[in-house]
Amino acid sequence: MEGRETSALLYLDGVSVSFDGFLALNELSLTIDAGEMRAIIGPNGAGKTTMMDVVTGKTRPQKGDVLFDGVHRLTELDESDIAELGIGRKFQKPTVFESHTVEDNLRLALKADRRARAALMWRESIDEATRIDRLFETIRLGALRSRLAGSLSHGQKQWLEIGMLLAQEPKLLLVDEPVAGMTDAETHQTAELLREINRTRTVMVVEHDMAFVRELGVKVTVLHEGTVIAEGSIDQVSENERVIEVYLGR
Amino acid sequence: MQFHNAGFRAGRWVAILVAVALTLAAAPLRAAGLEEALAHFATDDFGEIAEGITAVAESGDPRAALILDALQDGRLLYSAEQKRVFYKDAAGALHDAATAMPVSGGEPADIDTVGINNRLRRAIDAALGSLTLLSPDRAKRYDAAQAVFKSHEANLLPAVEGAIDKETDPSIKRVLNEARAAIILNSDDASEADKIDAVAVIRARGDQDSVALLQGLPADAPDAVAAAAKRAIAAIGNELALWDLAQNAWYGLSLGSVLLLAAIGLAITFGVMGVINMAHGEMVMIGAYVTFVIQELARTTYAAYPGLLEYSLLIAVPAAFVIAGLVGMLIERGIIRFLYGRPLETLLATWGLSLILQQGVRTAFGPTNREVSNPSWMSGAFEAGHLNITYNRLWIICFALAVFVTLLAVLRFTRLGLEMRAVTQNRAMAAAMGIRTGRIDALTFGLGSGIAGIAGVALSQIDNVSPNLGQGYIIDSFMVVVFGGVGNLWGTLLGAMTLGIANKFLEPMAGAVLGKIAILVLIILFIQKRPRGLFALKGRAVEA
Amino acid sequence: MTSFFDRSVAPFILVILALAAAVPALNLALPPEQPFHVPTYLVALWGKYACYALLALSIDLIWGYCGILSLGHGAFFALGGYAMGMYLMRQIGARGVYANPVLPDFMVFLNWDHLPFYWWGFNSFAYAAVMVLLVPGLLAFVFGWFAFRSRVTGVYLSIITQALTFALMLGFFRNNFGFGGNNGLTDFKDILGFNVQAAGTRDALFAVSCVVLASALAMCRAIVTSKFGKVLVAIRDAESRARFLGYRVESYKLLVFTLSACMAGVAGALYVPQVGIINPSEFAPANSIEEVIWVAVGGRGTLTGAILGAVVVNYGKTYFTSGALAPYWLFVLGGLFVGVTLLLPRGIVGTIRHLWASRRKPETPDPDPEPVGAPAPAE
Repeated sequence: MEGRETSALLYLDGVSVSFDGFLALNELSLTIDAGEMRAIIGPNGAGKTTMMDVVTGKTRPQKGDVLFDGVHRLTELDESDIAELGIGRKFQKPTVFESHTVEDNLRLALKADRRARAALMWRESIDEATRIDRLFETIRLGALRSRLAGSLSHGQKQWLEIGMLLAQEPKLLLVDEPVAGMTDAETHQTAELLREINRTRTVMVVEHDMAFVRELGVKVTVLHEGTVIAEGSIDQVSENERVIEVYLGR
Repeated sequence: MQFHNAGFRAGRWVAILVAVALTLAAAPLRAAGLEEALAHFATDDFGEIAEGITAVAESGDPRAALILDALQDGRLLYSAEQKRVFYKDAAGALHDAATAMPVSGGEPADIDTVGINNRLRRAIDAALGSLTLLSPDRAKRYDAAQAVFKSHEANLLPAVEGAIDKETDPSIKRVLNEARAAIILNSDDASEADKIDAVAVIRARGDQDSVALLQGLPADAPDAVAAAAKRAIAAIGNELALWDLAQNAWYGLSLGSVLLLAAIGLAITFGVMGVINMAHGEMVMIGAYVTFVIQELARTTYAAYPGLLEYSLLIAVPAAFVIAGLVGMLIERGIIRFLYGRPLETLLATWGLSLILQQGVRTAFGPTNREVSNPSWMSGAFEAGHLNITYNRLWIICFALAVFVTLLAVLRFTRLGLEMRAVTQNRAMAAAMGIRTGRIDALTFGLGSGIAGIAGVALSQIDNVSPNLGQGYIIDSFMVVVFGGVGNLWGTLLGAMTLGIANKFLEPMAGAVLGKIAILVLIILFIQKRPRGLFALKGRAVEA
Repeated sequence: MTSFFDRSVAPFILVILALAAAVPALNLALPPEQPFHVPTYLVALWGKYACYALLALSIDLIWGYCGILSLGHGAFFALGGYAMGMYLMRQIGARGVYANPVLPDFMVFLNWDHLPFYWWGFNSFAYAAVMVLLVPGLLAFVFGWFAFRSRVTGVYLSIITQALTFALMLGFFRNNFGFGGNNGLTDFKDILGFNVQAAGTRDALFAVSCVVLASALAMCRAIVTSKFGKVLVAIRDAESRARFLGYRVESYKLLVFTLSACMAGVAGALYVPQVGIINPSEFAPANSIEEVIWVAVGGRGTLTGAILGAVVVNYGKTYFTSGALAPYWLFVLGGLFVGVTLLLPRGIVGTIRHLWASRRKPETPDPDPEPVGAPAPAE
């Protein structure tokens, strides 16, 4: 293992991804510091989801470097390795294990030995039971713990998924459009939940909803055509001419 | 290029006209010539008979061959007293050799067989050979020249040289020259330079027979000749290996086009719609049975129109398309539309359907193979260089490419193609824009099935038409589509041709069955390297 | 996560074990004229069903719980069968037509003068028994290692498993493969010194098949109720979610696929002495697909359903194909494929369980669940 090359928790340098000639990411460089919460915005096709795919090992970039914690070269690892390093991901569309109970969903997500043999020999420990109970306190789904996850409402699934992410005890959370399809009240609650999570963990949120981003009140990075065009507070980027041109205005 | 069946029309007609003219002009003269020649046979002196053989051959009479044949078989008889010669025909009836009239009123008392010995037998062979070398029938001359090349009998040399002078057809002339070279090469009295020239001629011929001839060179041949022959053998060997490669490539293209036909409908239903239709093979089978029924009708009910049978395939193509297409639409509306998004269930349901269709056809038409005949324009073969090309394979390759291009055009340029692409790319958006997605689904599936039906028409020409016809193609078709890359017609084309050619190149190395196994294993490995085929679509669209 | 020996499989296991004891007893102890006498041919037939049930169970384990639809499981079944068949061939010894003490008849017929190396050791039952597990297991492991690592899933996997069994079928049809070609292996005499035709041996084989089936059912139940089993279902429902949680999906799939192949191999090994023949047609892709429909009919993801489905469909097949209705069997089978997927997607057992569950707990399929516990950040 090489020495630490950067102090940032997540470091992307000159990352390019092309699909059949279409450049989804174009020399994208980005750093996120430990403990930070960052909002990533950008119009459709700006490369937000592709960037998450690269970070989580789903897509391999043709070019560029991705470092986690300064030492782990993510471009050489696959999804499960990266997850074990402490990067959790929430999909755009809530994905939970629909035919498992809410409780089993959390149990499967709990940080533990992921190997098949360990899973075969597994017995529930008191420690695990307490951790699950604590998670239920955070996401407030305790009353539904023995319901099948498939029967939850859309918003409940979003929270369950965030709960599963927390159960993984990741250092970095990637959250893709967490408030898509939520009511205003739910959106507000979600913002609070994310801020709460950010007290102990680094969070990267990709979002379309400008009101939500404003409410988060964090540093914003604007992507366009696979590259960063602006960075700063929401007010700063809203005044950036280029951003107005491609995203906010005409 | 030389053609067995066709081609060289002009040269051939000229030759026939000349032959006819000559025959007419020389007829009286010849009859006299034959009679004189026959006189030599009324004896038991072998020397005299030998002269007779030469004389008969040189007479140029159309019946010369008949008489020499009779002499060879001991059916030529003579009466020394009457100075007349007779022959017996196959039925044993006696004819006058000079007039060909049957002999009436009993045979002469002193009748005896014209005797021959081995030397005479060879002389007769040579004479007969030279006779066919001069035959007015082009195919006979060609075959005779080839036969001389193979036998290279030394005493045929004068006849061959005579024929070379008279021959007008260039391709036959070439073979005659080759035959002459073969004789010279094996003769004892030809000069070394002549023999080396002969080797060059045979080298230019360059087929397996040439190699055999050069390898069979007498052991006492001069060193220079032997060396030339050796070089020629090596050169021909290389050339033949190339031709072999080309022939295999041709067989591969032919198999590839069959695979393309079978898979192209699947490329629509599976590749474009994502519906895995295990009954696809049965659509092919239905097409083949439609061909059978139409031929049967042309043969029986509409036998009054004789051209109908010959061109029944042209009726079968649209009929098979419509019938298989309708069955396909029925399947889509009745079963598959309830299973969208559940590919594994679709697979099982359509497999069940394939069992039902097979059993249905078996019940209706019986379990045995049905005879579908090739029209005359699809039978036969021709040679291109050293390639043997059969017309039915050639037609199927053309047909497969035509179907491919048509389909490409339909998808690219028609309203249906546009709507099809719209629905497969974004169903909800297409529906929102007023496209009736259900109708498009049915039409797309119908199109894929209809094309499978067309494939059945073509396959009926080269495969057994039985209820199991489709089963033989289903795994191969899936392999082609998956190998080529799902959702990409060009990939299907390339996949089919690659698999076809790979199959035919592996076959001589490993045998047909092992070759097939090797291909399957290779594809399994390939899919694991590139799970989405040769032409994979990348990016988010794939996940959607 | 409940104890595996629970309500849903315990009665089933008991019934199978009871049959294992009762059927041989009724065959041996009762004289043929007794109404409760079970004739030997029925024992052999039911023994065959037990093997099919075990095969169906192995398919359900991977399809029902992990979403891997193998259309080539017949290959593992047949390989196990061939391993057993090779043992049985060696047991014939000098009693073959050609009376060669070492070479099976078909090898003598092909003018082979020595036993191919892969036949060595098959005169030992223990060795053959190991091979019954090892050969299918190894093939599944190698195949799965390639397939799962390169993330071949869904219908792609189904198609290449089908190609796998097709390739094996072509190979086993060849004489020079050394497995009897077309005719396969047959004319068995003894197993472990007992005549395979004898009623006692058939009873014993039936009992063994049932006991193995019951144990396999218990084992599968233990697996699917363990955390391992939950991960399998998680992979089935949302493979990428499982991956992003850090589960190494391919190792889970590989393990369960290999295990399932071994079960199929055992089923084949028990099947061969009871039917008395194994030939390449067992590798036919059509067989493998038919086996999948047993599971679909019974209800996938239920374990007991797979067993029930195998028995019901095969009983139907025996009933149809032995009478005047034989030509219509394929219509029935085809209809089953279509009917079950369209009308009874949960299968028999799945549907019963679903109805049972919705009657007891009417809130389960609640279409519009009450918003409970709107999450708020903890204080």
